[in-house]
Amino acid sequence: MTKILDEPRYVCALGASQTVLAIHRAVPVFHSGSGCAARVSGDGSGTGYLATNTLPCSNISETEVVFGGEGKLRDIMSNSLRVIDGDLFVVLSGCTTEIVGDDIEQVVSEFQDTGKPVIAVSTPGFKGTNYEGHEWVIDALIRQYLTRLPKIEKIKGLVNIWGPVPSHDPYWLGDFRELENLVRELGLTPNVVFGEHRGIENLNKVPLAEFNLLVSPWVGLSNMELLKTTFGTPYLHYPTLPIGAHESSAFLRAVAGFAGLDPEPVETIIARHEEEYYYYIERSVSVFFENRTASKMFSTVTTSSRALAVAKFLINDFGLMPNKQYLTENVPVEHQERIAGYFKNFNYRIKAEVVFSTDGYLIHKQIEEEYFAGPPLIVGSIFEKQIVKKLSGNFLCVSTPFQQKVVLHSSYVGYHGGLKFLEDLYTGVYQTYN
Amino acid sequence: MAIDVKSKLCGSRESRIGSITGYSGTLHEIGQEIACAGCPSERKRCFSQASACASGCALAQAAEINDVAIVHHGPSGCAAIAQVKPAFDLLANAIGRDRSSFAYTCTDMTEADTVFGAIENLKDVVIETYNRYHPKAIFIGASCVSGIIGEDLEGIIEDVRDITGIPVAPIHCEGFKSQIWASGFDATYHAILKYIVKPPQKKTNKVNIIGFTAGMAWNTRADIIRLLDVLGLEPTFLLAASTVKELEHLPEATASITTCSTLSSYLGIGLETAYGVPFIRSLQPHGITGYEDLACQLSKVVGKEAEMEAFLQKERNVYLPGIEKIKEQLTDKRVMIAMGPNLGANIARVLQEFGMKIEHLTAWHFDKQYDDGTRPQALQYLIDHSPENFTYSVNHLQNFEFMNILNTIKPDIFVSRHPDSAIWAMKIGIPGYCVYDEYNVFGYKGTLRFGKTLLDLILNRSFTENLSKHVRLPYTDWWMRQKPDAFLLAN
Repeated sequence: MTKILDEPRYVCALGASQTVLAIHRAVPVFHSGSGCAARVSGDGSGTGYLATNTLPCSNISETEVVFGGEGKLRDIMSNSLRVIDGDLFVVLSGCTTEIVGDDIEQVVSEFQDTGKPVIAVSTPGFKGTNYEGHEWVIDALIRQYLTRLPKIEKIKGLVNIWGPVPSHDPYWLGDFRELENLVRELGLTPNVVFGEHRGIENLNKVPLAEFNLLVSPWVGLSNMELLKTTFGTPYLHYPTLPIGAHESSAFLRAVAGFAGLDPEPVETIIARHEEEYYYYIERSVSVFFENRTASKMFSTVTTSSRALAVAKFLINDFGLMPNKQYLTENVPVEHQERIAGYFKNFNYRIKAEVVFSTDGYLIHKQIEEEYFAGPPLIVGSIFEKQIVKKLSGNFLCVSTPFQQKVVLHSSYVGYHGGLKFLEDLYTGVYQTYN
Repeated sequence: MAIDVKSKLCGSRESRIGSITGYSGTLHEIGQEIACAGCPSERKRCFSQASACASGCALAQAAEINDVAIVHHGPSGCAAIAQVKPAFDLLANAIGRDRSSFAYTCTDMTEADTVFGAIENLKDVVIETYNRYHPKAIFIGASCVSGIIGEDLEGIIEDVRDITGIPVAPIHCEGFKSQIWASGFDATYHAILKYIVKPPQKKTNKVNIIGFTAGMAWNTRADIIRLLDVLGLEPTFLLAASTVKELEHLPEATASITTCSTLSSYLGIGLETAYGVPFIRSLQPHGITGYEDLACQLSKVVGKEAEMEAFLQKERNVYLPGIEKIKEQLTDKRVMIAMGPNLGANIARVLQEFGMKIEHLTAWHFDKQYDDGTRPQALQYLIDHSPENFTYSVNHLQNFEFMNILNTIKPDIFVSRHPDSAIWAMKIGIPGYCVYDEYNVFGYKGTLRFGKTLLDLILNRSFTENLSKHVRLPYTDWWMRQKPDAFLLAN
């Protein structure tokens, strides 16, 4: 069978450099070609404390391909420590240096007494996607860094939150902040490694957490297992990124239940949120349901995490019906059956068929063939814009490649996120004749 | 030295024309070195930051063509270039052209592919891509992986050409083969010259404008059409929103001109060498001198110097008084420039037209010559006419080096061209301006706009100062105290 990636919605394992960059003052060191860092620089993440062209890189040339690049990496690494003001250095290998057989772990082992942690992760592009690469970076941080910290007592109520994959997803940052807010409301202390001013201080607290909370269908599961075996930390695997009242309330109950919290105050928190949520919904309900152009059926063309979040919201919270859900991040085979199962237990036993595909062309063909009982709603990436136009449907761009609007800190997660989702989706009502 | 459009590879700029990515000296020093010794030799670095590779330039350029497909033979990350598609859709849409047969696919090479090769899958993907989109030509983009494992891209093209009936052209843009991303421009133009271009049937009044965009910003497109109309000529904008049919007819043009000779030299010289299309070796049309030089040299080709002079005089009457006023206020303002070699030399000249004092010019790489052995015109003009000498470096997009220089000389403004460059000056409180679009300083009109913008940026520093108070550079104090060329190795 032809292996074709048509309209790529993910990048290669080196995209895990974004996971490193999301840890404030952590420095990815590329042992790769000169263009790799730019290729995997994420979607609209632009600059920051560090940006693509500030990242140490061995800029591999023909010489290293012929004679090996370990010497060059040694130079780059030792001078990175002198030039770059960082707290943690993560060497990432690319395709070329893996094929020529450079031993990056050997080189990195020479920097163990420099006063700054230096670790190595094998992330050649041909070995996997940026989502798998994300797991490999977390894995390396646990094995090569966290296990070497002095052992301290666990902190009651401290919860590590994992799930959103930094930078490749335009809403990752806002999503983390909303998850933190929800967890904090329960009286727990959220600990997120990624984003502004968290950095190595929060990374160091990872082994001290009472439990890990993974909000993702599959990315990070292997890391949760490793944290469990390494530090004895239990974890709650909650596959659904919660959008809107129905899912946010379910999320709060699940986390509170896992943490063994008293349900009564939790219900008070939920009631207050739902009251506020439906105040706004009630004011705008006619916009949603009394118009000529809004969709009644939808498909998602996005990552399994985003697709599940959107499907749960649109079905369980908002009463729409699903067509096929296209999961595009090259989901590893071992997770596919379980993930398909997540789409089989919506309210009223509604089910959605899932299609695991990296082929944008075939996805669009199938969308064209499906019956949407009116204008289709397609929730996906910018690659879906043309097909939606062709079908006179409604479109919401939620995942990479994005290029649709500027996202600074907003999110669709939580109660407020659900309202924002509706604002963005139903803006379409005013953009066509109604 | 000449361009052989029939050869399999065009080779890198390093090997063909001795281009370099590391240098530290002055304008006059490098001028003397290229005049006497012939070539400043490359100084390598023992610390470097991620730059850019040839495949990005090569395939993003090729992806500008409306009715082609690109099949990238590499792992998924390489094919992130496909994300340029929505932007080019917007461009084509804006000028009313169709892009529905464009596609960017990838063979998504895996670990097994690196061991066993994946040439059969590549063949299938090329055919499948054709069957899906029916493009007018297909480019096969090489990658580091396809290059290292020795995939024979040429080996499949006859087969797939027979099946699809369209030109199938490999672009050899393997990232490790050149440190100079502009080698990627050459690789794409080589593929166009070798596989797409057809021998001329007649001469036309077209002018090949080899640039990055189609002149959409500030509607420069209309200004260019008006300018060429004076000479009875019409533009073919390359490669943005162009078509395979336009490319086939490139040899029929009256002349080729360019907004950037770093970008265009291979195509311009190739068309001249193989088909006799004059490549106008003027300054580029930035600022007053550059605009007039291009206009005059092009008008000579068609013998309409008088008509052009009359047209320019009308424009001068409109714009020069405003430019003079701005010049009064910009005179003696101190500036640092960081750009590609040719645009940097052109913009330096424009800034000197405003009376500004250049404190430092850094080029992302350095071409001492082009493929016909000629010196880059804007560089030679600057060497010959700059009122003063200044420090000059070749930088390879090394942020740590130019931030060190900026922090030392603290100019009134930093003018750059590359995403994520000007904003770094702003982080240390220096106004920065990214000359993002190639037509930014086009003609008298653009020169006036450019000068006014610089003046405003120097006056209202509010955002720059606010930003600089709240961020810090990712560099150690130690580094900021070193000489900027501390990591350039001696030859």
